[in-house]
Amino acid sequence: MQRKLFRVLALIVMVATVLAGCGPKATEEVSSGPVTVTWWHISTAEEHKGAWQKLADEYMAAHPNVTIEITVLENEAFKTKLTTVMQSGNPPDIFQSWGGGVMNEYAQAGLLKDITADLDADGGAWRNTFAPGALGVYAYKGQNYGVPWDMGMIGFWYNKDLFAQAGITTPPTTWNELLEDVKALKAAGITPIALGEGDKWPGMHMWAYLVTRLGGKANFEGALLRTGSFTDQPFVQAGYKLQELMALEPFQDGFLGATYGDEATAVGNSKAAMELMGQWAPAVQKDNSEDKQGLGDKLGWFPFPMVEGGKGDPNDAVGGGNGFAIGKNASPEAIDFVKYLTTPEAQQALVKINVAIPVVKGGEVGMTDPLMITLQQSLARAQYFQLYYDQALPPAMGSVINDSVQGIFAGTLTPEQAAKAIEDSAAQELK
Amino acid sequence: MQSLPAIPNIFKLKPGTGAPRKSQDNLMIFLFLLPAIVLFLLFVVYPILQSIYYSLFNWNGFGPAVDFVGLDNFRNILKDRVFLIALRNGFLIIALSLSVQLPLSLILAVLVGRDLPGRVFFRTVFFLPYVLSEVIAALMWLFILNPDPDRGFINAIIIFLGGRAQPWLGSTTLVLPAIFAALTWKYFGYHMLLFMAGLQNIPAEIEEAGRVDGVNTLQNFFYITLPLLSSTIRTSAYISVLGSLQQFILVWIMSKGGPVNASEMMATYMYRFGFVRFQLGYGSAVAIYMFLLCLTFSVIYMHLTRKPDHLSGL
Repeated sequence: MQRKLFRVLALIVMVATVLAGCGPKATEEVSSGPVTVTWWHISTAEEHKGAWQKLADEYMAAHPNVTIEITVLENEAFKTKLTTVMQSGNPPDIFQSWGGGVMNEYAQAGLLKDITADLDADGGAWRNTFAPGALGVYAYKGQNYGVPWDMGMIGFWYNKDLFAQAGITTPPTTWNELLEDVKALKAAGITPIALGEGDKWPGMHMWAYLVTRLGGKANFEGALLRTGSFTDQPFVQAGYKLQELMALEPFQDGFLGATYGDEATAVGNSKAAMELMGQWAPAVQKDNSEDKQGLGDKLGWFPFPMVEGGKGDPNDAVGGGNGFAIGKNASPEAIDFVKYLTTPEAQQALVKINVAIPVVKGGEVGMTDPLMITLQQSLARAQYFQLYYDQALPPAMGSVINDSVQGIFAGTLTPEQAAKAIEDSAAQELK
Repeated sequence: MQSLPAIPNIFKLKPGTGAPRKSQDNLMIFLFLLPAIVLFLLFVVYPILQSIYYSLFNWNGFGPAVDFVGLDNFRNILKDRVFLIALRNGFLIIALSLSVQLPLSLILAVLVGRDLPGRVFFRTVFFLPYVLSEVIAALMWLFILNPDPDRGFINAIIIFLGGRAQPWLGSTTLVLPAIFAALTWKYFGYHMLLFMAGLQNIPAEIEEAGRVDGVNTLQNFFYITLPLLSSTIRTSAYISVLGSLQQFILVWIMSKGGPVNASEMMATYMYRFGFVRFQLGYGSAVAIYMFLLCLTFSVIYMHLTRKPDHLSGL
């Protein structure tokens, strides 16, 4: 009797194990019924997060059958988590994207939804609302896989009070002037530049800008299309220019291990005079400052200075923007919601809290912040717009560039060695 | 230790039954083991085999792996200076753990294991870090080590004592000691607990006999306690070495293996290639090396330390 009981028990356990492995597969949801849209964004700053939440709430109120599940992730955590879900082939419906090389990789693997037809519907009603340049960043081989909600450029954000304390009246326009100002700030006992080089990409932008100023459009395109090389003169020279700056010890203590958050905190609390960062910098400074006010009127902006003897046009811009890519499993509702997120009204909501440079016509209405207007005008003057290197290039290369430039900052790599490492990676990745 | 009531052997309840019963017993044993075997195959063996397969490809993790490269990944890893740094750092952490962390844990275990006033309090406090999640511990140490003396606790103390603020995680030379400090803080409580359990197994009579024979405290520790604790020490060292070789979370959060690879570990190196650079084939090959290293160590260690245990006589 007892033995029989054991046998039955054992069989039950065994059957349960087998069954657990082959449960019924979830069936496709019918779109007329309740639909869940998953959305990952990285806008962690309170105001910005609230603005997104409000738009989602409005949309859900108007479409009771749609539930929008929002996941807010910090930038670095987002990149990590996204990579993991991408490798498992299960992207969220809507997620933060910077376009370019990383997005292309996803598109190539069939992980994104082609929304070209949605953009072109009704005679291109949706497409025509966007600035074409910004929309183009989210296209791969003529097909669209996402849309932008912001496009800006990197430049120096500086503290006017600290500049005045050091006796600097006008922001620098040339590299040598910048070096002089750094010396003046140092002499006044002020940390000239905050840098979160532990995250690598903040310093990479400085190098990328130097390359752009030194070599211009032809230089980068040559290297990219393999008629030139990443060991060409401007790529190496940029490293030497960085060393010129580093010789002045312009960064805060421990910058090699600092995060971008540390960088924004230092500037937001007036602990450092400037940072080289994109259009989101004021919002993050504000959020990271002790009084949650940021620098306010004390904040100023100037474009990356021209470099003496460089071939690049001083108006050329390095930058990029933010957008949303559409995952392969996105429902029509998800796409409709993204449309809602990119209406002029939605754009104005972001403009009002200074977290975006609008990319949709009519979105700039209500743009009052003088710095954002300056930045937008600078962007409009650029003949050559260079998307961030770590986004424009394949991810493996972007990572090698970030690592190599950090090597220059740490003094463990010479400019030549850094350029060589990048070229080695290019030889593998850009076939 | 309390001895448990003897459990009757359920398969021998009816003695004298014949051979057919025996094979039925085996079937039964097999059926009971099946769920565990299935899970083991599915979640341990299968992923290992899969890693071996992927390590032979140049593969970015999306879609099927098609670019077969043979053993290239394995060759390139050994040629990569950064991997060698990671390997060196791993051995450095092992050496430091064995020479600093374990002795410290042992001393504390002896202290709080004795009739020290307030020992329960100390025991709890010492064990507390181990209970924290690694992520929380790492973030906490990030705050403590912040180079800005207005924000970082340690630099604040150094300044207070009249020293110079140090960059800690931003320095290629200080980053590893700083991380080791965090590691020690996180894990010494665990080893202390192991040692305390070991100490409790030492019969008081032996020490008493020693005392009767005129052994002083130091002799007592080195000639009685330590030898009788050898099996616990062996276990503790084993856990410590394997833990050091696989260390990831604390390092990744505190320094991402930087600055410029100064605190790179094999696990962070593997992660960088697998998930940051999208070179999953290469990352898999790193994982295989790690696996082989840990396996080799385990086998050799088990073989070398197969000494009889003084207490149990095993």
